[in-house]
Amino acid sequence: MQYLPNVIFVILLIAGIGFFVRNVSKLKRNIFLGKEESLTDDKPQRWKNMAMIALGQSKMVVRPIAGALHIIVYVGFVIINIEVLEIILDGIFGTHRMFAVLGPVYDFLIGSFEVLALLVIVAVIVFWMRRNVIKLKRFFKPEMEGWPKNDGNMILYIELVLMVLFLTMNGADYQLQQMGADHYAAAGAFPVSGMIAPMFEGMPIPSLVLLERTAWWLHIAGILFFLNYLYYSKHLHILLAFPNTYYGKLTPKGQFKNLQSVTDEVKMMMDPDADPYAEPAEDAAVPDKFGASDVQDLSWVQLLNAYTCTECGRCTSECPANQTGKKLSPRKIMMDTRDRLEEVGKNIDANKGEFKDDGKQLLNDYITPEELWACTSCNACVQACPISIDPLSIIMDMRQYLVMEQSAAPTDLNNMMGNIENNGAPWPFNQMDRLNWSKES
Amino acid sequence: MASELKVPTMAEFFASGTVPEVLFWVGCAGSFDDRAKKITKAFVKILNKANVSFAVLGTEESCTGDPAKRAGNEFLFQMQAVTNIEVLNAYEIKKIVTACPHCFNTIKNEYPGLGGNYEVVHHTQFLKDLLSEGRISMEGGSFKGKRITFHDPCYLGRANGVYEAPRDLIRKLDAELIEMKSCKQRGLCCGAGGAQMFKEPEKGDKDVNIERTEQALETKPEIIAAGCPFCNTMMTDGVKNKEKEDDVAVMDIAEMIAAAEDL
Ligand code: SF4
Ligand code: SF4
Repeated sequence: MQYLPNVIFVILLIAGIGFFVRNVSKLKRNIFLGKEESLTDDKPQRWKNMAMIALGQSKMVVRPIAGALHIIVYVGFVIINIEVLEIILDGIFGTHRMFAVLGPVYDFLIGSFEVLALLVIVAVIVFWMRRNVIKLKRFFKPEMEGWPKNDGNMILYIELVLMVLFLTMNGADYQLQQMGADHYAAAGAFPVSGMIAPMFEGMPIPSLVLLERTAWWLHIAGILFFLNYLYYSKHLHILLAFPNTYYGKLTPKGQFKNLQSVTDEVKMMMDPDADPYAEPAEDAAVPDKFGASDVQDLSWVQLLNAYTCTECGRCTSECPANQTGKKLSPRKIMMDTRDRLEEVGKNIDANKGEFKDDGKQLLNDYITPEELWACTSCNACVQACPISIDPLSIIMDMRQYLVMEQSAAPTDLNNMMGNIENNGAPWPFNQMDRLNWSKES
Repeated sequence: MASELKVPTMAEFFASGTVPEVLFWVGCAGSFDDRAKKITKAFVKILNKANVSFAVLGTEESCTGDPAKRAGNEFLFQMQAVTNIEVLNAYEIKKIVTACPHCFNTIKNEYPGLGGNYEVVHHTQFLKDLLSEGRISMEGGSFKGKRITFHDPCYLGRANGVYEAPRDLIRKLDAELIEMKSCKQRGLCCGAGGAQMFKEPEKGDKDVNIERTEQALETKPEIIAAGCPFCNTMMTDGVKNKEKEDDVAVMDIAEMIAAAEDL
């Protein structure tokens, strides 16, 4: 009986981590539904980007308030993991404050966790106010209704509860240490929870132990819950921000990739020696579908982007089309891509590992041509994203599908393209007149 | 003023067996659009004044394919690109200057993958180099102390990180450079990029160029400076829409320099 808590703890831990591992493998499977793209070039620059952007939060501070608060929550999250490690070891071995042997270092650690926990509580409250009281415009776009809104708040509640549990646990512990209770040897410094401790004065030891244990158990259970909540949430970015910034675009923002399949075809057409009636070479790749109409047509990086998006809306608030009231929202492009990808993933799960056509696709069912055609390709969204997401690349791939597969460009653009084809200019002027300006006064 | 423009073509250079220092890529807007042609001419005047040996392709130039590519027509883009690259490579072009950020971006970034490798500079970068090499001199003249705001073209700024060359030139004119609330990395598009120039905008509250013009007018400028023929058109339309065309001029930086030097 003595080991019952240990056993329960280990079961809880295994279940929590097991679910998490299952979610991660599903995540991986979904991301790799995307097309291959090799991004193994310039590793030093990639590591540097990851260090600066994900670890160093360099792009968060473009908006100073959100940036500073985010850094607090982030540092709090990272540091608290040391505490979580202790909790896990204590839980398995039935010890209490196992790291206390570190002496003054331990005091310092616990003390700084407490200060951070308090700062996190403050940050979370400010974040909550921005979403729910001040109603910051970028959190109130059409794509933010329902789940995205609840998700945003939910994370704040979870963080708040976790921090309060942490401080309660410490406060009760501190009180027990003062009282010289068995098992609660003096260890740690409690600058914040020490202030809560007086509230527990007069409580008998068994009640305090109960309080401390309850907070301890709820705290670790909460963390395991949070870990598993991630997959369903925009909060996945705390993990994916790292690979996502690593695989972020390194070339100039204005450089769009040239489609290799088109290059091959153009080369053939332009080659005067090519035999137009020749049989296609044996190894010629089956012509791709041009552009993208569904998630499988996108590359795995674009799908990784979609799972990484935090729905912060920095992209949308910089987007000129969105600012002038058009339907396009780069954040919505990312959210739609993720939603559709999830749908495709569920479809595969339900059909024993095979995708069964569900008569839907990303184009039209999620993203409309009207949104796609409103984009000026200005790269403001790409610049604004704090974690190197590229909504523009998805927009461009879908335009390619509309134009090259469906010939569904707006009429004006068809005229423009016709002019380029016939006159070498987007306007109906003759190429022979190109130098007329030099003779006009 | 208005001495005859000297505009040699690549074909002429080729016939005489010489090579120019730089190819001036004029671009479709610069060749055909009435407003943009003035920018082209202003830039040529400066090149003439500075005795730069340059050439244009003239009738051998064709659209870079930028609007086709951004509209989603990769096929048409590559056809254009490959044709242009053939011409450029036949003339063994090394360096290209252009006053259009869209041509600049496409030739600089997208042509190399298709076999076209050149050193490509925007005309503001080129002018800045001429200045620092002492090949042109600049005095503010009529621009001294004027309130000027600069609109960053997306395809020059964010797309390629060129923010300072145009600003340096404005400062060299002894003008007072005032920044709009969205500038540099956070500059707002004029609304023309991504092939928007050639179609009606989608439904919304207002057009992008109006929003941008409002931001520009907030700085109470005498001149809105631009470095792109499309931005120029969009901002000019915006200023007209606000009935401010008598108070506020929209000028390309090349035009400002040519005017300051009375060319
Ligand atoms: S690139 Fe397109 S989606 Fe992104 S900010 Fe510009 S207009 Fe909006
Ligand atoms: S794409 Fe980037 S900027 Fe836009 S909402 Fe997602 S995380 Fe934020």
